[in-house]
Amino acid sequence: MTATRKGTPQPLPKIRTGIAGFDELSLGGLPRGRVTLLKGGAGSGKTVFALQTLVNAARMRHEAGIFVSFEESARQILASSASFDWGLPALAKGKIFLLEANLSPDVVQSGAFDLGGLLAMLQAKKEEIDARWIVFDGIDVLLTLLQDPRAEIREIHRLRDWLAANAVDAAIITAKVDGVGSALMNYGFLQFMADCVVGLERRLEWGVALHRIEIGKYRGSDFVAGEFPVSFGDGGMEIDGPEPSEIRQLATAERVSAGFERLDTMLGGGLFRGSSTLITGVPGTSKTTLSGKFAEAACRRGERTLFVSFDEGAERIVRNLTSVGIELKRYVKSGLLRMYSGRTESVGAEDHLVKLKSLIREHRPRCLVIDPLSAIAKTGGIVAARAVANRFIYMAKDEKITVLVTAINSGDGQEDESTDLQISTIADTWIHLSYLIRSGERNRALTIIKSRGTWHSNQVRELILSEAGPLLADVYTAGGEVLMGTLRWEKEDEERTRELQRRAAFDQQRSALELAEAETLARIRVMEQELARQHAELALYSSGNEAQIASSSDRDKEMRRIRSADPTGGRTVTGKRTAPARRRATNGSGKVAKRGKAESRNGS
Amino acid sequence: MAAKRPRRAMPSVTSTPVMVMVLYVADGGPNSIQAQANLDLICKEHLNGNFLLEVVDVLQFPKRALADGIVVTPSLAKSSPAPAVRIAGNLSDQGSVLRALGITAKNP
Repeated sequence: MTATRKGTPQPLPKIRTGIAGFDELSLGGLPRGRVTLLKGGAGSGKTVFALQTLVNAARMRHEAGIFVSFEESARQILASSASFDWGLPALAKGKIFLLEANLSPDVVQSGAFDLGGLLAMLQAKKEEIDARWIVFDGIDVLLTLLQDPRAEIREIHRLRDWLAANAVDAAIITAKVDGVGSALMNYGFLQFMADCVVGLERRLEWGVALHRIEIGKYRGSDFVAGEFPVSFGDGGMEIDGPEPSEIRQLATAERVSAGFERLDTMLGGGLFRGSSTLITGVPGTSKTTLSGKFAEAACRRGERTLFVSFDEGAERIVRNLTSVGIELKRYVKSGLLRMYSGRTESVGAEDHLVKLKSLIREHRPRCLVIDPLSAIAKTGGIVAARAVANRFIYMAKDEKITVLVTAINSGDGQEDESTDLQISTIADTWIHLSYLIRSGERNRALTIIKSRGTWHSNQVRELILSEAGPLLADVYTAGGEVLMGTLRWEKEDEERTRELQRRAAFDQQRSALELAEAETLARIRVMEQELARQHAELALYSSGNEAQIASSSDRDKEMRRIRSADPTGGRTVTGKRTAPARRRATNGSGKVAKRGKAESRNGS
Repeated sequence: MAAKRPRRAMPSVTSTPVMVMVLYVADGGPNSIQAQANLDLICKEHLNGNFLLEVVDVLQFPKRALADGIVVTPSLAKSSPAPAVRIAGNLSDQGSVLRALGITAKNP
């Protein structure tokens, strides 16, 4: 990537431009005491580059500069740079002198002219404000008025001689050069004259304006060759420089929560700090909810967090997440959480990257969410988007930011788990959300496809969104199928019922046994009472019988005595035989045999 | 040498107002020398002495030129009579200069 020019005895002195990325590409900035040519078509950012360099020099090193504008008036320049936070109006009163060198349309041109007077004026001004920088912006506009190639060359020579004689720290000349044909006829000579040539380009790709920068030549110095994306933020132009080829990222064993406990458990304790996590899934699989949960957990730990969403407003996201118990509003208010919503159609993928970079610089987050990162592939080419996605994840890793990105995948099948952006290979953890459609229901399933350097659950879990936040439920497998939703619920219900039935059966059996026991005991008591009664009866009967026997024998004796006919003893047998029959009739109970026996025993 | 060289060419009593002009030059430059020659010719041929011309050498008085908003040399600025007009270049195209200054070519 690096074009090396050997033979320079000592490094060329350079001055930093302060434009993010450019000083890296040019390995130090613009050549000191030399001329730099910025070439590019209309709207390619030449003026911004030049002006920003002056502003940076004035603000960072208090170096004064002169900006000679051949195209725009001072008022136009101030107006068009008002969107940048340069404070140019204030600087234009002191450190930066804006010289309007635009020939007004009222000026009648008659014959040839030269820059002699202008250079004399510039010299005077330079000495007055001790200018170290000088910019000739849009010199082609003036020189083409000469309509004479030789005259143009002559003026360029004049300019070069003047610059050589008037030691300025650096001079920037910008010229409109379109790809098709140069408006400035002697652009080739201008290019030769400059020690450093920087090309800027604005082109349309898929209907999106992309800005590019390329260093075309740099006399006596190395530079990073190639085209690099340019974008415009609040601070002005930013260049997304090349990534270092060596990966220097420190590994940490510190874990941070992925959002909620159950998921952390599935991940073997959470995500590693500084790792990158990818959540994939088709629309509606609650990727944003998981992202929100992660952000909330980070804020709860007191960590600065950046939540970048594409194509959905931050306010709406905060509101929507409230419905599932994720409260982000207070963290937004306290400044801990920064929400940024980007529209993907408006700019190219690289602009998003540059914007994210500046957001990271501003907010200094420890945790970062991008939802969905795949949105950047919507505009511009997919190749560019892939490169950006990769660069982005590497950038976050370099900054030791724990990053969680989501990506929408097109299909619902397992084979579509990978994404268009192909970030699944560089993400450390990959959580996939899917739908399982069975029995007329869509249920969300969460799988951890990979998690580098850590144990993780191999189980599919059902993701349930409740008012208290997302929950992960165990799933049942039946016949090799995962049961979710109602099926899972039914299965759970079935198990519950079975348990209840088992319990009921047990209770029933026990009570039956208890009943039998009680019955037996009761019977025993009844029989004991009966026994006692019989005892009593027996006792009563015995005593009664003896008395009767005694009395009857007395009566017999008495009768025998009275009759004096029969001998005593012969009549006793008959009496014995009639007594049992009479007793049986009065008692009526079935215990005849016993009694009979007892009677016979008594009788004997 | 004085840079400002106001030259008043014998004002003749006419009804036409005096033409007030400033010519900014880079002294010694070929275009500037040419511009002066061209202007002298125009003045002699068409203004009949009824003009006021100031020549400013920008190399000597750059701040004056800056203040006056001069971009290239040579440049001619006519301030009176209205409207004010600026002409850039060495004034080699006499026709356009006369038109810009509002002089109708009376002497062919």
